[in-house]
Amino acid sequence: MALLQISEPGHSAAPHQHRLAVGIDLGTTNSLVATVRSGMSVVLHDEQGRALLPSVVHYLANGGAEVGYAAQTQQSRDPHNTIVSAKRFMGRGVHDIPDLGHYPYRFVDAPGMLQLSTVAGVKSPVEISAEILQVLKTRAEKSLGGELTGVVITVPAYFDEAQRQATKDAAQLAGLNVLRLLNEPTAAAVAYGLDNASEGVFVVYDLGGGTFDVSILRLSRGVFEVLATNGDSALGGDDFDRRVFCWVLEQAKLPPIGPEDTRLLLTKAREAKEQLTDHADTRITCVLASGELVDLTLTTQIFNELTQPLVSKTLAPTRKALRDARIGIEEVQGVVMVGGATRMPQIQHAVAEFFQQEPLTNLDPDKVVALGAAIQANVLAGNKNDNELLLLDVIPLSLGLETMGGLTEKVIPRNSTIPVARAQDFTTFKDGQTAMSIHVAQGERELVSECRSLARFELRGIPPMVAGAARIRVTFQVDADGLLSVSAREQTKGVEAHVVVKPSYGLSDDEIASMLQSGFSHAQDDKQARALREAQVEAERLLEAIAAALDKDGALLDEAELTALQQPMELLRVLAAGNDARAITHGIESLNRASETFAARRMDASVRKALAGHTLDELNL
Amino acid sequence: MIDIQQNHFGLFGLPAAYAVDLAYLDQCYRTLQSEVHPDRFAAAAPAERLRSMQLATHVNEAYQTLKSPIARARYLLHLNGVDTQEDTNTAMPAAFLMQQMEWREAIEEATAASDVAGLDQLLRELRHAAKDQEAQLHSALDQNKDYAQAAESVRKLRFLDKVRDEIEQAIEALDENL
Repeated sequence: MALLQISEPGHSAAPHQHRLAVGIDLGTTNSLVATVRSGMSVVLHDEQGRALLPSVVHYLANGGAEVGYAAQTQQSRDPHNTIVSAKRFMGRGVHDIPDLGHYPYRFVDAPGMLQLSTVAGVKSPVEISAEILQVLKTRAEKSLGGELTGVVITVPAYFDEAQRQATKDAAQLAGLNVLRLLNEPTAAAVAYGLDNASEGVFVVYDLGGGTFDVSILRLSRGVFEVLATNGDSALGGDDFDRRVFCWVLEQAKLPPIGPEDTRLLLTKAREAKEQLTDHADTRITCVLASGELVDLTLTTQIFNELTQPLVSKTLAPTRKALRDARIGIEEVQGVVMVGGATRMPQIQHAVAEFFQQEPLTNLDPDKVVALGAAIQANVLAGNKNDNELLLLDVIPLSLGLETMGGLTEKVIPRNSTIPVARAQDFTTFKDGQTAMSIHVAQGERELVSECRSLARFELRGIPPMVAGAARIRVTFQVDADGLLSVSAREQTKGVEAHVVVKPSYGLSDDEIASMLQSGFSHAQDDKQARALREAQVEAERLLEAIAAALDKDGALLDEAELTALQQPMELLRVLAAGNDARAITHGIESLNRASETFAARRMDASVRKALAGHTLDELNL
Repeated sequence: MIDIQQNHFGLFGLPAAYAVDLAYLDQCYRTLQSEVHPDRFAAAAPAERLRSMQLATHVNEAYQTLKSPIARARYLLHLNGVDTQEDTNTAMPAAFLMQQMEWREAIEEATAASDVAGLDQLLRELRHAAKDQEAQLHSALDQNKDYAQAAESVRKLRFLDKVRDEIEQAIEALDENL
């Protein structure tokens, strides 16, 4: 198995310094958690030895929830309250979901993101996902015997800002510290242990339960550089199931069926699809609640005919990605298959034919993403102390601004390597104007109405001037997680404009706070104790980070500066031992501010060192 | 944003010239990112994470500028106080404009005839024309220091880029109708 070797002799962290970090694959159909143990990336099992956790949440009348296999058994019996494939709803509104009627859920049209009305109350997809994450968190902490330092959570590469932010919010609700949101194809590439010796261009073809991603990466000495990514965040194995389901309805000439039977038949359809991986045909038999008997034989040929359009739908984004990357098929060194749906022989044939080579399938397509995420989590948490692994990912969709006439002007083009920033200058329209509104959208279309609205930014506090005199520079920054932040500065007077973000989707900080307060079925602690512990953990992390930095680069500070930094450190240590969460948070803020100069100096020294290394290389050539 | 003292060329330890060893540039880029990328600072203090993001952003910006022939030329001219006037100066030699029109007609014909092979051929011609302009940029910028000439080459390259985009879009549209 091609997995990266993690520890090197003499370089592994001292035991008490080893930070507990895991990678989580929050999938449409199944979720997993993995970690690096003794140099190997491994998936963590539940008490029954199962690696996969079905991404199913069943809400109960008493307000609680079951997650996983237990919930799955309730699908047909209680379809309204058993939520399957919640990932399809993350960051999505009611109008975004095609064929809403296909789902047995009670949708609530809420601003920004749809909600689901269940017997335990109205639930957001974020809360539902948080239930799943909570189970994985508990599993990991039990297995590793301690509290987690941080996690890497994977998202489809083609997820937009709204979907990513929703994922991060779900993690926050579950009490997880997200080190990085990692794109699933990139995680898979890492797990394939395209190890340092391999160089070349690889394609990752990732067909999951509900999403499709294709990424083109160049690997060069441990640096994974994504050249382009494309996909369809509403195309997956589930859609293949649905084709079979519709065929069954037609063939068996069934009258309209209820939600229980719908769920039952969809499950049978999935089983049939999976059977056809290894058999030429399969029988679909079941008795519906109405007493009707279904007994049909599905052949591979019929299945292929039914689903051919779906397969073709994956090839269009693949061609687009190759074009964006300016890579020809002959330059592709290997094609990696990810996601349970890639077990379908039809998919494997289509991919092999398209790329004129056999795809790589040696790693379990269900586990490969979690394994890769764990490898990166291990690096990001600081356990692996070298510079070997570096992931340079990209933003999948262009970011643009709404301009006159409802058009979009692209500010940051798709497939830009992140982190990336762009500045755009604006001016005022009227004399004395002190505020302006900017609408940011994501997507490739010309009309802003056809793109995903991200947020309206209101800039306030512009110094009043004659119309057209103000020079407001708005800077859009996309970070390493693919998330956007905006800052604005009036250039002529040098005043920072106050930016108020009104996200078009997702949860506000208040909404998250209230979700945390109203309690969350698996959380045992009361909210105060939890807030205190989180503040203490954050304080410990910060102190540790700064102590480590001082260890390495303390020489960059003189006596006075060192004391000026050690004082707030000491203060925070004392506060963290106490019970006042708010005081601890203030202490954290003070220490952050106090450490800014040191941080800047360290980074600049680091850059200078890297450049000096170049000059040496040049001389050695 | 960041007060990195050097310009983009200096950042990568390269002389400020149009001719650039792209393989070397790639290598420098990867080495630099290995030092400053947010992945190296995920467990560090917030002040460092912020600084890391700013620096990594700057490195990405510098790399993309130097990697692209047109952006590199534009940047070099900017360093020498010359504005390429891409948005304001639309005057072009007649022969160049004729070629543009011929290409556009050829694109229309090929698209109407669903002739992907024909469009691919046009793409090859475009690439060839672009390479010519790039060679001219090299002599204008590195040998003759003829900035006016270089600015004109940049403007031409911009035109050529637009035509290339049109061809690629036409190919894509035909592709999706397969």
